[in-house]
Amino acid sequence: MKKSVLFGALTVAGLAATAAAAGTLDDVKARGKLNCGVATGVPGFATPDANGVWNGFDVAVCRAVAAAVLSDPMAVEFVPTTGKTRFTALASGEIDMLARNTTWTFSRDVDLKFTFVGVNYYDGQGFMVPKELGVSSAKDLDGATVCIQTGTTTELNLADYFRINNMSYEPVPIETNAEAQQQYLAGACDVYTTDASGLAATRATFEDPSAHVLLPEIISKEPLGPLVRHGDDEWGDVVRWSLNALIAAEELGVSSANIAELSKGTDNPEINRMLGTEGTLGEMLGLDAEWAKRAIMAGGNYGEVFAKNIGENTPIGLARGLNAQWKDGGLQYAPPFR
Amino acid sequence: MSDTHANTVAYVRETMLPQVAPPASSTGPVGWARENLFSGWFNTVVTVISLAIIAWILIGIVPWILSPTWGATSLSECREILTAAGSVGEHGTSGACWGVIRERWVQLLFGFYPSDLYWRPILSFVLMGVALAPVLFADRVPSQLIWFSAAFPFIFPWLLWGGTIWGPLAVAAGFVIGYYVFRILGAATSNLIGLVVGVLAAVIWWLFLSGYVVDALASVLPLGIEEVPSRNFGGFMLSITIGVVAIACSLPLGIVLALGRQSDLMIVKYICIGFIEFIRGVPLITLLFVASTLLNIFMPPGTNFDIILRVLIMVTLFAAAYMAEVVRGGLAALPKGQYEGADSLGLDYWQAQRLVIMPQALKISIPGIVSTFIGVFKDTTLVSIIGLLDPLGLSNAIRADSNWNGIVWELYGFIAVVFFIFCFSMSRYSMYLERKLRTGHK
Repeated sequence: MKKSVLFGALTVAGLAATAAAAGTLDDVKARGKLNCGVATGVPGFATPDANGVWNGFDVAVCRAVAAAVLSDPMAVEFVPTTGKTRFTALASGEIDMLARNTTWTFSRDVDLKFTFVGVNYYDGQGFMVPKELGVSSAKDLDGATVCIQTGTTTELNLADYFRINNMSYEPVPIETNAEAQQQYLAGACDVYTTDASGLAATRATFEDPSAHVLLPEIISKEPLGPLVRHGDDEWGDVVRWSLNALIAAEELGVSSANIAELSKGTDNPEINRMLGTEGTLGEMLGLDAEWAKRAIMAGGNYGEVFAKNIGENTPIGLARGLNAQWKDGGLQYAPPFR
Repeated sequence: MSDTHANTVAYVRETMLPQVAPPASSTGPVGWARENLFSGWFNTVVTVISLAIIAWILIGIVPWILSPTWGATSLSECREILTAAGSVGEHGTSGACWGVIRERWVQLLFGFYPSDLYWRPILSFVLMGVALAPVLFADRVPSQLIWFSAAFPFIFPWLLWGGTIWGPLAVAAGFVIGYYVFRILGAATSNLIGLVVGVLAAVIWWLFLSGYVVDALASVLPLGIEEVPSRNFGGFMLSITIGVVAIACSLPLGIVLALGRQSDLMIVKYICIGFIEFIRGVPLITLLFVASTLLNIFMPPGTNFDIILRVLIMVTLFAAAYMAEVVRGGLAALPKGQYEGADSLGLDYWQAQRLVIMPQALKISIPGIVSTFIGVFKDTTLVSIIGLLDPLGLSNAIRADSNWNGIVWELYGFIAVVFFIFCFSMSRYSMYLERKLRTGHK
């Protein structure tokens, strides 16, 4: 008869099912919470602290969207997803958006039927070697043993790179980053390769980081960005322009420090349009006029979010590089707010 | 007394010597060591080698464990403390960084459960001890306590998840409805019809009616405690919840499956065989993926079918299939005479199972059953792969904190110790039970 307990519980759960037919934006507003898929733990990008509060660079995107839609950056249910569960969680509607350092690729966009709404971090695969090896370029790595996470695109990129350069290597397959650190430090492999941001975070934890170098070659393009389901463009627009608001805010010099001042009205019509003192951009999105102001106030503009979570003053210590504003030679380029 | 000896030996003692204590070399620790560790040259060599290995391991581990880093707030601070204390080896500082455990042990135990509500999981696990007592130590507690055990399956989820009190009451009402339908119809017609209609009535109540009744009652009399969503469950609380539910549900389900597999009713038999062989032929991780991803796709969009509930069902089914085979082993070990004896007493099938067969079969299978329990409990760590933050999943999340990134052994060690305590207790209990139930057959 114990089986019936399960059926009973199942029923209760089934009755809790909500009739979802309306758009995601309406669902989120009705629910009062944004369900945001994040990683189960990537340094600087998504980490729960000792009180269970999530922080990080990807988490900041979720908070900005929640602030824009629900006026509360804390109104987010973070759903930890693994590399294996993230896409089904999004496709099935368990989460409204996925901000989990996910690479924008053709097949994920087209075949898996997701919409990548932008890129919040331009990453690329790099190499880390001990300094005492005396290697200064990835071209010198012929015959090296390489620690590499299995089942990721990094594995394929590595094979491609070594084939193109006509070199050989010996892979040491590993499952998690923690395992990789142990193997690399124990000398089980000469080289550790993964996304450059991950390498920097890993190196920062070493007892003597200066004894290890990141090689200058970046062998792949890894544009990481938030994504939503295909077919709900209104919701996609909300997430896309919440992210763009953060990027544009940095470009326009709007920061959490001066936003209160600027939202009283400025001489710059684009800032006025974005912050809602001019025009009806918020209304077009199905939100109120101050949506972008709240998104920016959630954690600051793109530059502030970057500096706080993964920038050069954090243990992770990433330089802006490709993620600088386009005016500074980077790739971050928000379309105009018009 | 003959005088035979007088011709052969010079002196014969004619009184008993008083008893003396055994020589010091054969009693106490010395005697024990002589007998067990140094009883021959081979044994002595093995003992010396073993002691050397143990000492070598302890010399390596103990200084690492006794590391003055309890108060540290980050890995780099640990390293500073260790450097100041002078424990620097050839690969940098050597010593555990216990600050991470001090800061995160509560999180490892409770996950993200709201800290002002910690009393609820604690209370529910204490009550679980009370509810288990009549089952585990039947001879030492008052037998009325069994009523509390019967109510506990409804109290337990309510305490953990919270919400309105009417939910668990409605689920319990389903059993009452089913039982009365069975009694009334069973008396009027046959037992089988009563059973089928009773189960149907209960299912109809749960599926279609209870929801409205709960909503109505909750709006009239909103009795309840704060709701905690499944997403906040984590750490050992999650492991124990999954483990306990799977253990408690898989045993009865396994017994039913084992009986079904031996049944003379062909359909029942093949359904049971099919179920057992299918589940045993599939890895648990596959079932968990089905629970976390496939079910989502099959169900209508927006259906909120709790992830922990899905996992509970899958783990329970998995454990039940193994349990069925363990119990079947016990059934097969019973001599045929026991079945025939029960028949000759005029007992019907269920009476025979309850009074004669099962008590013996289950007693035989205790080691196997407890092994399955322990296996299920440890398998709960697999849920970290589908994104639930059990202790292993949390250790990953903790490492993502830049303060603690790079810490491995301390977290895994802590988790291993806690798991060992649980599994070892289960194992000791099973040995106690075996001793208690040993009624001959030596």
